[in-house]
Formats: sequence, C-alpha cells, structure tokens
Amino acid sequence: MSDFARRFLGSRSGMIGLVLLVLLVLMALSADLLYPQDPWRMAGRPNLPPFTEGFLFGTDQLGRDVAAGIVHGARMSLMIGFASSVAAIGVGVVVGAVAGYFSGWVDDVLMRLTEFFQTIPSFMLAIVLVAIFSPSLESIVTAIAVVSWPPIARLVRAEFLSLRQRDFVKAARVGGHSRTNIIVSQILPNALSPVIVMASLMVATAILIESGLSFLGLGDRNFITWGFMIGAGRTMIRHAWWLSAIPGLAIFVTVLALNLFGQGLSDVLNPRLSRSTRT
Amino acid sequence: MSPLLDVRDLTVRFPMPKPSLFAPRPHLEAVRQISFTLEPGRALGIVGESGSGKTTAAMATIRLTEASGGEVHFDGVDLLKLSPEKMRMRRRDIQLIFQDPYSSLNPRTRVNDIVREPMDLMEVGTPAERRERVVEYFRLVGLRPDQLDLFPHQFSGGQRQRISIARALTTDPKLLVCDEPVSALDVAIQAQILNLLARLKDELGLSYLFISHDLGVVRHVCDDVAVMYLGKIVEHAPRAALFDAPQHPYTQALISAAPSLARRKSKGYVRPLKVSGDPPSPINPPPGCAFAERCPRAQPLCREVQPELEPVGGSLAACHFPGPDEALRDAS
Repeated sequence: MSDFARRFLGSRSGMIGLVLLVLLVLMALSADLLYPQDPWRMAGRPNLPPFTEGFLFGTDQLGRDVAAGIVHGARMSLMIGFASSVAAIGVGVVVGAVAGYFSGWVDDVLMRLTEFFQTIPSFMLAIVLVAIFSPSLESIVTAIAVVSWPPIARLVRAEFLSLRQRDFVKAARVGGHSRTNIIVSQILPNALSPVIVMASLMVATAILIESGLSFLGLGDRNFITWGFMIGAGRTMIRHAWWLSAIPGLAIFVTVLALNLFGQGLSDVLNPRLSRSTRT
Repeated sequence: MSPLLDVRDLTVRFPMPKPSLFAPRPHLEAVRQISFTLEPGRALGIVGESGSGKTTAAMATIRLTEASGGEVHFDGVDLLKLSPEKMRMRRRDIQLIFQDPYSSLNPRTRVNDIVREPMDLMEVGTPAERRERVVEYFRLVGLRPDQLDLFPHQFSGGQRQRISIARALTTDPKLLVCDEPVSALDVAIQAQILNLLARLKDELGLSYLFISHDLGVVRHVCDDVAVMYLGKIVEHAPRAALFDAPQHPYTQALISAAPSLARRKSKGYVRPLKVSGDPPSPINPPPGCAFAERCPRAQPLCREVQPELEPVGGSLAACHFPGPDEALRDAS
C-alpha cells in the first residue's frame, strides 16, 4: 500500500485531481458553516454581479446568493455522484462476476440483458425513469445507477473470464474453497483495479447526468443543485451571464478533477495501459 | 495391496462449435477410455507429447475437468459420483502442484494465508495448530519462516514452487498430482525441486501422479510410467522395463529422441528411429491405431483395428506388433 501511495504521489495529474477533489469535498462538508442560511432564501438585491460587496458570485433574479448555491449544490452533486456510482458498481460487479465465472448460458443471458441496457441512450432512459418515479433524490440516484452499470458489468466479466483460467483459481478449488468464496475472495480482489479506475470516471459521468436532469427541471426541488442553477439562469444569460457560467464552471472543475484523479489511478494501477508512463 | 487410485475407462470429451445450425455437434476426445492404477507410496509418471491428453487425464481424475465417462476409485470411493460438497471435503486427500509457479499463487494474498487456507477450509486442527503447521511445512520445503508475510511476487520461481508444494502438503494428502512441476523452472532449480519431491515421497509416504513431457524427470522420480498418445495409454510399465526394454514403437521413438550425453552425434550416434509428422486430429480419431500413420512397423491391420493394452514382456503395450527395437538396443 505504501508503494501504491508513493507512485500515486508521483503522478502529476492524479495529484492535481486529488487536491481539487479534497477541496470540493471540504467545501461541501462545510456548507452549513460557510452559508448557514437556506440557499433558497432571498439574501440581497436581485441580479447583483459577482464581487459585489458581500456576494462573491453575485445574486440571481430573485436575490438569492449564488455562492451559497454553489457551496450547497456541491453537496448534492458529489452525494448523487458517489451514491449512484456505488449502486452501479454493486450491480455491475455482481452481474459481471456471475457472468464471467459461470460463463455458458448464464453468461449469455446476463450479457444479452446488459446489451439491452447499452442499446438505449442512457440519458433518455434516465429522463424516462425519473419522470415515471417523480423527481426525488432516491429516484435520481436509482435512475443514474440503472443507466451506468452495464460498462462495469462488461469490464468485470472480461476480467473474470481471464482470471478464472488462472492456476490459482484451480488451486483454490483443490484447496477446498466454495464457489462463492472463490469468486469473492480469490478472483474479485484481482479484478478490482480497472474497476476502481472506471468508478472514479463514473462519478464524473453521474454528476453530468444529474446536472442534465436538474437543468431540465427533473431535479429534487428540496435541494439546490448546479444543474438547476444553470437552468434557472439560462433565460437571463445576456444580462446576467454569471448565473449560468459560475455553476457551469463548478461542474467543469468537479468533472475535470475526477477525470484527472481517474487518470492518476489508472497510471498507478494499470501501468501497462497508461499513456503517460509509456516510453 | 489394494490400489490407492483405480481409474477405469476414463473419457473426457469437449464439445466443439457446430459447423452449421443443423449439423450434429462435433466433440473433441481428449482422453479416450484410459485405465490405470496407482499403489500407495508409488509414483506414476504420465508422459506424452503436447496435446496427448496427459494433463486432461489427470485433471479429470481429480475432478477439475468434468469427465464424460468412466470411474475413478480413490480409496475405494468413486470420486466422479460424489456430491460437490463431499468432493470438496475429499480434496484434503488429493492435492495438486502446478506447472506455472507464476499463476498458481494468488498475487493478492500473503503466502502465510496461501499455505494456511486449505487447512482453514477443511477444518484441520485448531487455529494455533494450523499456524504451527504453516511454519513447519515452510521449513520442510526449505523456506524461512520470516518470509511468511511476503506476497508471491517477492519470491523467485523456484521459491514459489516450494510455496505451492507447502500449500499442497498441509492437509496431509495421500495423493499429490504434479502437473509438469518443473518444466517452467530453470535446470538448476529443477533438480532441487525434484529432489525435494523425491524426499517428501519417502518421508511422508505420498503417492504421485506425475505428468511430464521430460523423460529424464520421470525417470528420476517415478516408479511406473504410462505413455500417452492421442488420448490413449499406449504403454504402461515399471520404470526399468520401460526405459530398458520399451515394447511400443512410440515409446521407443520417444526414448531415442530424448537428448542424452551417452548417445551424442560427436560419438557417431545416429538416431535409429525418426518419427516425423504430427498426431492425427482428436476430433476424428482414426479407427485403428492412432500412431499407425507415423509408425515404422505399421501394417494394414494397424489402420483398421485398435490395439488394446496387453501384457508384453514386463510391460503393458497397446500394439499389434510389439517388441524390443533392435536398433535402439544396439545404440544404447
């Protein structure tokens, strides 16, 4: 593990991503300290430009503090991003592991199911699911998870297909491991590194999908989100550009941080595949 | 003495992709009705060229590959009829050493756990006894107990093979299946591992099913030798009989092809038996003797009737025209 940490510290993109991510998480965690008031509350005159006295990022058309929205919105974006990725990985790993380990008709059935989900445009499916189950935090997390698990399942399946042929799996059978035990304790730990890399990139995608949903007005109305802020400000873009630009920048920075972090992880965990370490 | 392992008519068939939707599915017969027995405390070597089915036969014997037919009596119980759970518990008596020491150890597990896990799963002794046994067996195979907390990648190939052997021994197996245990190691290490295996056999009274394509290795370790060709045993004999008076022309060709210092070109040695070509396809094996196409003694009978294993001299040979090869005897 110390070796892993040392190599990660040496990866420039990974470190930039990690620092940005830590800052974002700190910002999200301290939202109630920085802006203890409700971000929906009217705080000043409407449409104040950024850097006005007391309002770092100005105010929107109803006089709400944009900076408070950004800070509180970070909570939602990160939370939905992580929660839906965890759910998607859970489903993807189980489906992929079962398909890859048992192969044969089990594999055929599960992979046709996976392909069925992959052929539907994922954002469209997410919209339909949220619309059906009415927009709420849970339905958004579920919808994002439902559209994101297939690539994980395919990745895990591919890893399992190659790992199950290895001799140490035979050795585990000879050593009296049960099938569940072989899947969970022998093969899975060896299949995880590419999954971890993909997961960090998936959080970024999940945040984008969530922003897209709330931009279209399919967000949870109890919580302020970056996507909602962009959507609300888009009609004013000519005379109050900051209402859309600042939340947009927040999404951009978050997604960039996650991608850099994922690239760094990939360099460390899959040194053979990464471009930056190849000579 | 009743045999430890009594294999009867073991057959392994693999389904192949259908050539067309309505055609019958072709099968590849990797192992064709082989029978052999193994007495306790002895080592049976299975030799043959690549693709002769020697590994598949051994894997089917210990149920790592599904057999299509036959019986495998181990200590009087037919292994192929056991339920999966009964078979799992039975595995403490049958252990396996692999060819490739780089893929046979889980890269994410410490060697201490690798060696201890089979005991944990088969409930051998108390946890404290298991810990002691790990150290004991680590010493027995020639490793230091202070290396127990390392990961497999921190060991060399020979050391990994020793770990593999320690793991196989901790459950007190009666039968050890060695699948080319030294062919992936360099020659100096091969000798060490072979001597270790020979010593363990004497000290622990183990029986070996020893798969190899290297006749020198088999000669060093095994008491009996079975020669396989295209999924069948063509000759089965005690070591001395097989190497000194091989009966089957294929065995003779194998022995004459093995490199030897006594029979080298610079001493004017000319290989008497040269076998060219490849074995026939196992998808449509010929009706007669599989070796007929390459055999110097082949007669029309050989292409039509499949020979069965029958006693000839001190061996069992599956050949219509068995007998010692004069040219080979003169040369050696």
